[in-house]
Amino acid sequence: MLKSLFIIFLFQLVGEAIQKFFEINIPGPVIGLILLLLFFIFFLKSSSTKKIKKQISETSHQIISYLSLLFVPIGVGVVMHINYLGDNLFKILAIIIIGTLSTLVFTAFVMEKIINLQKKNVKRR
Amino acid sequence: MSKEDKLYKIWVYLQAEPLFWITLTLGAYLLGDYLYKKSKLNPLVNPVAISILIVSSILLILDVSYDRYFNGAKFIHFMLGPATVALAIPIYEKKDLIFKEIKPIIFAIFLGIPFAILITFYLATFFKLDEEIILTMTPRNVTAPIAMGIAELIGGIPSLTAIITIITGIIGASLGTFALNIFKIKDMSARGFGFGLASHGIGTARAMSKNKTAGVFAALAMGLSGIATSIFILILIKFIF
Repeated sequence: MLKSLFIIFLFQLVGEAIQKFFEINIPGPVIGLILLLLFFIFFLKSSSTKKIKKQISETSHQIISYLSLLFVPIGVGVVMHINYLGDNLFKILAIIIIGTLSTLVFTAFVMEKIINLQKKNVKRR
Repeated sequence: MSKEDKLYKIWVYLQAEPLFWITLTLGAYLLGDYLYKKSKLNPLVNPVAISILIVSSILLILDVSYDRYFNGAKFIHFMLGPATVALAIPIYEKKDLIFKEIKPIIFAIFLGIPFAILITFYLATFFKLDEEIILTMTPRNVTAPIAMGIAELIGGIPSLTAIITIITGIIGASLGTFALNIFKIKDMSARGFGFGLASHGIGTARAMSKNKTAGVFAALAMGLSGIATSIFILILIKFIF
């Protein structure tokens, strides 16, 4: 647990450092995610790394299972500062609801269509 | 010293310490999660939304400032970074499936992201919002730190973008399932990808809690759209303004 936490923190740290150094628009943790993924694909191939791989995997799944909880503190901030949206509050809410749901459905629709096309092509061969 | 005075003193002491606010946040979340499970994972009973409402009502009733609350809650907030890094592992474990669906993923990104940007832009124009507010809203579908960075770059108001982004996440997480069901979209990877692209981390958390494949595709979409949106917005903004 401690070892895998250390590795996860370390990757975030390196990610943050890279973000600051190159002044990129991608947040440090996302860079850390990409680096950890590459690390798993390219460096943890041999069977001797099986144990640490399993440890990191277990810790990660445990943290991710509480992902929703981690959004509560900023979410409370949104409620406490909702008056910043002023007179536009209802317009903005309407745009968010329509915009988000249409984007979600459109994206999933496109993806499902292409997946089904792909399946058909495989069958034909 | 009377009993009331003593209780008041204890309260004054406790509310200045992080422990009280961490415990409150965990308690509110456990209650939200309990109700979510009790409702058989009904998306309307979203645990994030419930716990946010519980905590904010308590803060408002007790007249406690957000800064004071966040002084404790920041310890929970801190884990958001490591949790993002940890998303590499489920993505790694499903890498074969992701590789198999690489074509649909590319199509979904190249069509979905411009759609997200343009629908927000045109809706905001339709509702006659100021240009500054329009620019503040356009990056709202990506994770808050990226959205704030983009807003700053294009001339929006970053702190307002953060608020709008979080609301976007909660709306996607709590109403997305209904929208997908109405349009009869069944494929789990497609559903997850939509969640991640349209409502970033909060949508991803919801997808993760429901289905592993959906969760992985949501995490992937969240990461990819964070990167792609920055690029697409800068290109599109030249055409629409």
